[in-house]
Amino acid sequence: MRVVAAMSGGVDSAVAAARLLDAGHEVVGVHLALSEDARAVREKARGCCTLEDSADARRVADRLGIPFYVWDLSARFRTDVVEDFVAEYAAGRTPNPCLRCNERIKFAGLLDKAVALGFDAVGTGHYARIVQGPTGRELHRAVDADKDQSYVLGVLDADQLARAFFPLGDSTKAEVREEAADRGFAVARKPDSHDICFIPDGDTRGWLAGRLGERPGDVVDEAGAVVGSHRGAYGFTVGQRKGLSLPRPASDGRPRYVQSVDVRTNTVVVAPGELLGVDVITGEHLRWCGSPPPVGESVPVSAQVRAHGEPLPGVATVVEDVVRVTLDAAIRGVATGQSVVLYAATRVIGSATITATGRRGSSVAGDHRRV
Amino acid sequence: MSVYLDHAATTPVFPEVAAAMAAQREHVGNASSLHTAGRAARRVVEESRERLAGALGARPSEVVFTSGGTESDNLAVAGVFRARREADPRRVRLLVSAIEHHAVLDCVQALVDREGAHVEWLPCDSDGVVQVEHVRAAIERDPQSVALVSVMWANNEVGTVQDVAAMAAEAHAHGIPMHSDAVQAVGHLPVDFAASDVDLLTLTGHKVGGPIGSGALLVRREQQVIPLVHGGGQERQIRSGTLDTVGVLGLSLATELAVQRLAAEGERLCRLRDELIEGAVRLGYGIRPGGVWTPGDWAGRLAGNAHLLVPGCEGDSLLYLLDAAGIECSTGSACQAGVPQPSHVLLAMGLSDRDARGALRLTLGHTSDAGDVQAVLAALPAAVERARRAAGVA
Repeated sequence: MRVVAAMSGGVDSAVAAARLLDAGHEVVGVHLALSEDARAVREKARGCCTLEDSADARRVADRLGIPFYVWDLSARFRTDVVEDFVAEYAAGRTPNPCLRCNERIKFAGLLDKAVALGFDAVGTGHYARIVQGPTGRELHRAVDADKDQSYVLGVLDADQLARAFFPLGDSTKAEVREEAADRGFAVARKPDSHDICFIPDGDTRGWLAGRLGERPGDVVDEAGAVVGSHRGAYGFTVGQRKGLSLPRPASDGRPRYVQSVDVRTNTVVVAPGELLGVDVITGEHLRWCGSPPPVGESVPVSAQVRAHGEPLPGVATVVEDVVRVTLDAAIRGVATGQSVVLYAATRVIGSATITATGRRGSSVAGDHRRV
Repeated sequence: MSVYLDHAATTPVFPEVAAAMAAQREHVGNASSLHTAGRAARRVVEESRERLAGALGARPSEVVFTSGGTESDNLAVAGVFRARREADPRRVRLLVSAIEHHAVLDCVQALVDREGAHVEWLPCDSDGVVQVEHVRAAIERDPQSVALVSVMWANNEVGTVQDVAAMAAEAHAHGIPMHSDAVQAVGHLPVDFAASDVDLLTLTGHKVGGPIGSGALLVRREQQVIPLVHGGGQERQIRSGTLDTVGVLGLSLATELAVQRLAAEGERLCRLRDELIEGAVRLGYGIRPGGVWTPGDWAGRLAGNAHLLVPGCEGDSLLYLLDAAGIECSTGSACQAGVPQPSHVLLAMGLSDRDARGALRLTLGHTSDAGDVQAVLAALPAAVERARRAAGVA
């Protein structure tokens, strides 16, 4: 097959490209220019879309003897990922831009252009497995549980999955680094990227403040009493404790966490940890990795609500365009805007964007943070 | 077998030049040394200087060897700006065409940003021709404040040839020096430094069949230039650095050969160019040539330049598809981190950002033949159709 290897300049996509070539595919390396400032250089060695990363990717392609191109998807990345990220925070939600990027950029903008140019598929260095199941291709967790990235791929639909290759899903990160060194790739010991690529210093709140401005407001406790102030409600996420800097300790002296963020009143509500637990999650913007579950029936699932979160056992029910997930046990720190990815054992069923959370028995709170 | 149609980027070294350079590489010798080996190297350098000067209607003492076109352009623009302003602080204006190579554009911009220069970008018409009246008008707004006029001899993207002699005459009427970047012209058009009346002329070896990394700036003897690179003062105190004996030998031999072959080669390439442009236009995708084009004429447009505007396509998609089909060419414009930018030349010619992105520059040279033209015409339809589909989705 003719395959575009998406090459970020990191060690994973380098080894993925090499394996695609070894598997007999006709491979062309493509680095995505996602930053509109093409002259950007890496800050603190954490980005994946800088001049230096592009040069690293090119060196790997040279070694593999494959053609290499830089495709400029920066305008689309800005509107579909970066501006969406800002708008979500401004609305009091907590988005995951990596899922968005996979859905809209890597397996849409990149894949569609590749297909139009005559390619059959796109391969990336994500840690996830594609397995041929009875009804078609299935997306599964990687064997390396620490590196598993099936969560950020939970937005892929059957068509996208049919044109995807993830050659690293059966390997551990250590094996991939060793293989990169054996292949003589200079990126073998390059540090992993952890942060959001367009916020290279990792200071999300500072970055948002630069775009949304300072909006001072109150921090209140669960009874509504003002216990502190903040410089912008958008900078807080449900479950957060750090950065609250409350002047008055709680009467019982116990730590308090963000329970909710209300951008309409510009208020951050804090509460003791036990009040943060939720066991009912409602999600919209459903994406199914293959055939969708039957409508109206309760399906046992394990749900994951953040990139490196634990799988949580529960039951999911789809009604129209909404999924309701009831967890066996309550968890803390679930924010609207996050994605919930549903698994059947290791298989990814699909994903949804969380619009509301609540406790069983009490009525599910509507999304009071929506504007 | 790939078809190489990017001779304006760099053209293969003539075999006889490569052989002469290989032979010279065997010899030790710094041309500034006083012993026998040094004198032998000096002799090669000075013979090369005479050969290059002879081929271009210059005096040997007017040849300043450099590392190539970019250094020559920077030396001319910054060196003359600084010298002229030092002599008279009022001289801060640079009159420069908007379609220059980045070696001139970015140097000018740096002088504006950091050294108080004022630039007036001279516009071009929709064919990429800079009108002499614009040069005259810009000068006459305040002749005493002009440090330098710089207009390229022939454009590297669309191949348009400028009337630099007429511009030099306008400049000289007010005692203003004139520089011309002739990187694409030398060896491809008749270039006579004395007759052209320009004061500084940039050329480089690898566009004429010589080595990359060896070029020259022709500088009139009376022209003051403040050096960029300080040191041993090897080149008239204008440029320092140990002379690259092998490089200047290659540069001079290649330039001489290209000039000797120019008349016949120009006719031959012009026919191939016209076949290519006519064939591409006939394909029926709305393809048209960028820049001035009259079949059979290579005085107004470089004989080897076929610049095509392909509606509805991204140049970088075409580039990939043609490369995959074994055809090596260019979009003509500069990249930033590998991402093609819309050409400043095409934008200056009045094209929209969108139209400017659908550009393809096919440049012929001494190894090109009719088979190359047929190959690209055969590969274009599939590439254009695919690239259009890609432009529709991305």
